[in-house]
Amino acid sequence: MDNHENHIVPLKTYLLILGALLVFTFLSIAITLIDLGPLAVAGALLFAMLKTTLIVFYFMHLKFENKMYAIFGGVVLLTFIVVIILTFSDYMFQ
Amino acid sequence: MTQQIHRDDEGSKLGMWLFIFNELLFFGGLFITYAVFRYVHQEAFHFAAQELDVWLGAANTVILLVSSATIAMSISTIKMGNKKLTLAFLAITLLLAVVFLVNKYFEWGAKIEHGLFPSSAMLAELGAGDTMFYGLYFAMTGLHALHILVGIVLIGIVLLRVKNNKTTKDNHQIQENVGLYWHLVDIIWVFLFPLFYLIA
Repeated sequence: MDNHENHIVPLKTYLLILGALLVFTFLSIAITLIDLGPLAVAGALLFAMLKTTLIVFYFMHLKFENKMYAIFGGVVLLTFIVVIILTFSDYMFQ
Repeated sequence: MTQQIHRDDEGSKLGMWLFIFNELLFFGGLFITYAVFRYVHQEAFHFAAQELDVWLGAANTVILLVSSATIAMSISTIKMGNKKLTLAFLAITLLLAVVFLVNKYFEWGAKIEHGLFPSSAMLAELGAGDTMFYGLYFAMTGLHALHILVGIVLIGIVLLRVKNNKTTKDNHQIQENVGLYWHLVDIIWVFLFPLFYLIA
């Protein structure tokens, strides 16, 4: 087994990730200030997903963990998407 | 060998991740509820969201992102064996969490003062769309604030453990688990902020 326990992420990496997260936050505010109409929702959610990916893989160390955790996370995401599709197919076609 | 204390760091971490997945689906259900009512009451949600202060929401986003970074850094420093820096990072995280709640207090206070709170006479007058928007706003940011409150207690416990040398370079899984929890609280806010404050 490879030793995950002793992996120490340098502080500089965290500062870089934090910088990226702050940039994405201000970009998501900026795109809602210009009128994009329905695209604004997609844009804001896209930035939220980008931020979540950075937080999960770097802050929560998923990048350095056993693959099992990522697979579990994928199953959770898939479950969520399936429920969204089922809910909206009900609301849009009733 | 004198005494063997049973410890299972990997099992502890797995338990924390399973709890986090459960929390994500729990908040996920609320996000789907939000999406459905936004679809049903598009006009009302559009105008109601304009009432929320984007810059107060943005300030709280920055606060949570920075606190997430500082708690992540505290885990690197405990692994390096630097107790002083670990305590400093944990103290900053704790302070930022409290500032977040103070902002929330003023934000909720202003809304309630304007008569915008669940089952208020003003919302009954504004109609079903606004009632749903503010109902979801208070329920979701309220549940999130409750998670912040729990986080403050947990970070406080870890801070004391590090101070008393109970959490150390060789025994820091509790700190990692609290870190994971704090990042989850951050992720939920990452979605609450655009959905309630930005998309107006």
